[in-house]
Amino acid sequence: MSIRHGLLALLEPGPRYGNQLRAEFEARTGATWPLNVGQVYTTLSRLERDGYVTPDGEDDSGHPLYAITAEGRAELRSWYATPVDRERPARDELAIKLAMAIGAPDVDIRDVIQRQRHHTLKAMQDYTRLKAEALTAAERPDAGSDAVAWLLVLEQLIFQAESEARWLDHSESRLIRFAHRAKTAKTAQPAHKPRERTTR
Amino acid sequence: MTTTTPGGPVQAVLQLKALTRVHGTGAAEVHALRGIDLDVRAGELVAVMGPSGSGKSTLLTLAGGLDHPTSGQVIVEGTDITAASRSQLAALRRRSIGYVFQDYNLIPALTAAENIALPRELDGVRAGRARKEALAALAEMGLADLADRFPDEMSGGQQQRVAIARALVGDRRLVLADEPTGALDSETGEAVLGLLRSRCDAGAAGVLVTHEPRFAAWADRVVFLRDGSVVDQTLRTGAEELLAGEGAR
Repeated sequence: MSIRHGLLALLEPGPRYGNQLRAEFEARTGATWPLNVGQVYTTLSRLERDGYVTPDGEDDSGHPLYAITAEGRAELRSWYATPVDRERPARDELAIKLAMAIGAPDVDIRDVIQRQRHHTLKAMQDYTRLKAEALTAAERPDAGSDAVAWLLVLEQLIFQAESEARWLDHSESRLIRFAHRAKTAKTAQPAHKPRERTTR
Repeated sequence: MTTTTPGGPVQAVLQLKALTRVHGTGAAEVHALRGIDLDVRAGELVAVMGPSGSGKSTLLTLAGGLDHPTSGQVIVEGTDITAASRSQLAALRRRSIGYVFQDYNLIPALTAAENIALPRELDGVRAGRARKEALAALAEMGLADLADRFPDEMSGGQQQRVAIARALVGDRRLVLADEPTGALDSETGEAVLGLLRSRCDAGAAGVLVTHEPRFAAWADRVVFLRDGSVVDQTLRTGAEELLAGEGAR
């Protein structure tokens, strides 16, 4: 996940200090991917090394401020303009688990699928309850962009879980069909040559 | 866990007890449902999921008294509808059970308000009062401006919301919904589910048959059917706990 670009986006409207960036990042994303202030400062020093941000004095309470540079703005524009890479998909534990479960002795793959489906649906129920609250908040006339951003993030979690649940349903049907085919193939091959087929 | 109130245990609006439905006999025998037990209380929305042929629709048809079980009981508001006479069953269906179908099933020649008032009038409520109730139901669901529109003057999502209002008009507390979002786009489908959810929060009992996990996720409980039996079900837990757990990982 790109914390770098998230921080650049938050710095675009004006200088911020570390803890402020952490709080604003979490307000946008509902603390779905919590940051600690150490991560924020590590990322800021890398951004500074790359010339994308620069120290910008202190605020009234003595917090060191950072500002985005022209190079930083150009980097941010190019981030928005470039699609997120899908060519090297992240390792997915569930896909690996099902791949390993195929034909594994003493593993009931339908059981594995059902346990996961249960877990995924339950997570979706929880996300949906949060979403119903977020939707109410986002529809208030005084709702800010943080409320809408949090709603979008929650919906992304829901759609991602849904795609997993649908994939599980699909996998189960496919496995049943293959098992059925294997069974009928077996019964269709008798031990000795059948006699001439009789017609009624 | 048993839910109790100071007045005693909360009675389920719908109870299915050892419900079994067998189609055909002998070699052609098909067990559509095998001994299903399910309670749905007031305020609860239960989603039923499962592959085609798992018995979802049979369950809903039996729960609504549209078909007879081979054995077992269907108890709606304390009355065993499997033991009811034809006329008792018809009355119970009018007064206690509302249906929502995938294709809305509104009567094309009647306005939204007339569609909602119709089951009440059939039940002997005078036309003026039935209309008042219909308008109140529409207003409560934020649909007041649809009252005088005919079905072909409404979008699919609006028709389905009117169908939900019709299902719950009067004293009816049980709504049975069969793929109610099947013909709707994602955001409209969600608005319909949101309305169903809010009616349940307001005290109705709902059973939702769907194959869409995203819509099932609006329910308090998700029941998984396979080959006519309940194989599993979820319960809703605290979401904050879930997110906290993910963050800590």
